[in-house]
Amino acid sequence: MRITQGTFSFLPDFTDEEIKAQIQYCLDNGWPISIEYTDDPHPRNTYWEMWGLPMFDIRDAVAIMQEVTACRRAFPEHYIRVNGYDRSLGRATTALSFIVNRPTVEPEFELQRQEFADRQVKYTLQVRR
Amino acid sequence: MTTTETLTTIDLDAAYRESNVQQLLDELDRELIGLTPVKTRIREIASLLLVARLREQMGLSTEPPTLHMSFTGQPGTGKTSVAMRMAKILHHLGYVRKGHMVVATRDDLVGQYVGHTAPKTKEMLKKATGGVLFIDEAYYLYRPENERDYGQEAIEMLLQAMENQRGDLVVILAGYKDRMATFFQANPGFHSRIAHHIDFPDYTLEELMQIAEMMVFQQNYAFDAASRQAFHEYLALRMMQPHFSNARSVRNALDRIKLRQANRLVRAGGAVSKAELMRIDAADVRQSRVFQGGIDQPAG
Repeated sequence: MRITQGTFSFLPDFTDEEIKAQIQYCLDNGWPISIEYTDDPHPRNTYWEMWGLPMFDIRDAVAIMQEVTACRRAFPEHYIRVNGYDRSLGRATTALSFIVNRPTVEPEFELQRQEFADRQVKYTLQVRR
Repeated sequence: MTTTETLTTIDLDAAYRESNVQQLLDELDRELIGLTPVKTRIREIASLLLVARLREQMGLSTEPPTLHMSFTGQPGTGKTSVAMRMAKILHHLGYVRKGHMVVATRDDLVGQYVGHTAPKTKEMLKKATGGVLFIDEAYYLYRPENERDYGQEAIEMLLQAMENQRGDLVVILAGYKDRMATFFQANPGFHSRIAHHIDFPDYTLEELMQIAEMMVFQQNYAFDAASRQAFHEYLALRMMQPHFSNARSVRNALDRIKLRQANRLVRAGGAVSKAELMRIDAADVRQSRVFQGGIDQPAG
């Protein structure tokens, strides 16, 4: 199942040129970029592994693309996302976050039901590997 | 590009105007006194880049020129100022994408323990990507007396970046001439990867005087005839003395003169006019230790 998470998630995957342009947009806005990866794309898994520290004081997207490439080389079969963080007062949040790498075979999710007291049912999504 | 085939001539003047580079070169001429060989070289580089860009437009393939530089010269000869302008010029000519300058010294590049150097150097290279990496006193990177020094690692990474990321990054090394010569001798890789070795000459007395006039003017002070003469004599004496560092010494001298001027005005008290607030008196200059036998003498 194709995972859709974050910004641009319903668009086709970006080319490297398009990724670079988005990163440059973040940098031009003064948003530091961080790169994260995971093999568990469950929507509840918000804590992806960090690929190094967030990158501050960088002006040019090429430098970030080098890191993206390095991360892809290390984890070709992981999900990798790029986050731009807007620290400005009143916002102080991730301004944009998009997936730049996905495994060749993406996991399926299945819906699980759990019977509970008084015929209540609880639902949960589970990754099927 | 559909016009590539049909284009046979390009208006060089228009391209030159378009790049705004004349404006920057004029600024360079106006704000930097002397330094003729440096300015000539910068003009040459600007022309080279302009022609390279036009050649590209005409469909003539050229390898992007290597623009790593080394600036050598005595302290205070304007190496950093020129590097900063260089970054802007390269940006206007489209050679680097951003045109900012990142200043690095040994501390920023070399780590304290094994495995610390590579991330530090990489970090600086990333920051400088799209602009200019200015390495001040580059010879400190290499410490031959300590074979376990991590400087060598930083040097290797720099060399690699200078070769592989030529389009992304311009490295400028700066330092005193003799020590840079030793540094290049020990690291021939550096010497061959740097296309432009620019030597910054010492300023002459007259040039220093012009620099002083400009600094005084920019800070809204003014010499009168007597103090100008006094400062001229001051510089002539100061140049003979040790630790003279060109424009930086001039700036420091002016800072001390401003101090004495303020002191004199406060002590005199009463009403002061605007002109008097600006004027530097000959006495402010002549109180300097330089007139009493040198800066090594106790303050008198």
